[in-house]
Amino acid sequence: MSTVWIAVIAACVGCYIAKLAGASVPHDILDKPVVKATSDAIPIALLSALVAVQTFAVGQTLVIDARFAGLLAAVVALLLRAPFIVVVLVAAATAAALRHFGFA
Amino acid sequence: MIHEWHIRRRTILLNALSVGLATGAYGISFGAISVLGGLTVLQTQTLSVLMFTGGSQFALVGVLAAGGGAASAVATSVLLGLRNAFYGVTMAPMLNVSGPTRLVAAQLTIDESTAMGVAQSEEPDNFHGSKLAFWATGLSVFVFWNLATFAGAMGAQALGDPKVWGLDAAIPAGFIALVWPRLHDRRSWSIALCAGAVALILTPFLRPGVPVLLTSIVAVVAGVLAVRRRTEQIESSAVGKS
Repeated sequence: MSTVWIAVIAACVGCYIAKLAGASVPHDILDKPVVKATSDAIPIALLSALVAVQTFAVGQTLVIDARFAGLLAAVVALLLRAPFIVVVLVAAATAAALRHFGFA
Repeated sequence: MIHEWHIRRRTILLNALSVGLATGAYGISFGAISVLGGLTVLQTQTLSVLMFTGGSQFALVGVLAAGGGAASAVATSVLLGLRNAFYGVTMAPMLNVSGPTRLVAAQLTIDESTAMGVAQSEEPDNFHGSKLAFWATGLSVFVFWNLATFAGAMGAQALGDPKVWGLDAAIPAGFIALVWPRLHDRRSWSIALCAGAVALILTPFLRPGVPVLLTSIVAVVAGVLAVRRRTEQIESSAVGKS
């Protein structure tokens, strides 16, 4: 079995256990304010870190390229309340256009 | 009374359908990004059926595509899925299910089904509306999310080089669209900016995937600080009263 398959299955199992835990784990553990506040912060931290890394990293090197322009376009789309797929397409189109015309 | 329920039931089902369709639109992006990130169509579809929680799916694919190790990809994905446990806590008293039904309900416990279930929970009706909204939304999102994943994955297979289409820029755009609705005050913005900065600072020194994972420490610190601040506020208001 390839590494990717192992990762896919392991992550699926992990995510399912998390879903099931909510209905099974004693509530006094999950009801602790620190646990609640941390769990609210985790998606914000991880998703923002992913935004940063996926925009500026190539392996372990930091670069500014067409992806950054794409991200700025995505932010504009979000400010205009565009739906998810439009945000993604606007970013992709911006990066593709910049590359096509030789700017990045 | 029966007539009222009839109308409410119709509204709930229509809402569930439209949430399913809206989510489907981003299932297309997931399918495409996953295949262009190097996963097969079958692996991509497996994620949408078995993992079935968007943020975690994007995270797994994103970390793997960026050359991160399997372990950090899995850890990031599962950490993002932890919020579903809290949705389970919220939904359990409304759903009141046991046995095999509980196992299915767990799989459908995601952002959308919980939000719709909670939205219907205000009326004193033994959670009839909540149950219907949860199940209808969960199933509707499941069906459309999976159909859309398949369409996106097959479409991407036909595209070829992701860079030509700017799809490497689609990945960060997808992540910012996922985090955007959560950035509603100064606290959430500080967490986001701190985490982004920490991840970039660590990038040159650690294997891809690890810097992102380490930003969960930022979340723990933010959680502790938030609770401490709340406690101080309560104490100072208590002092003010006495």
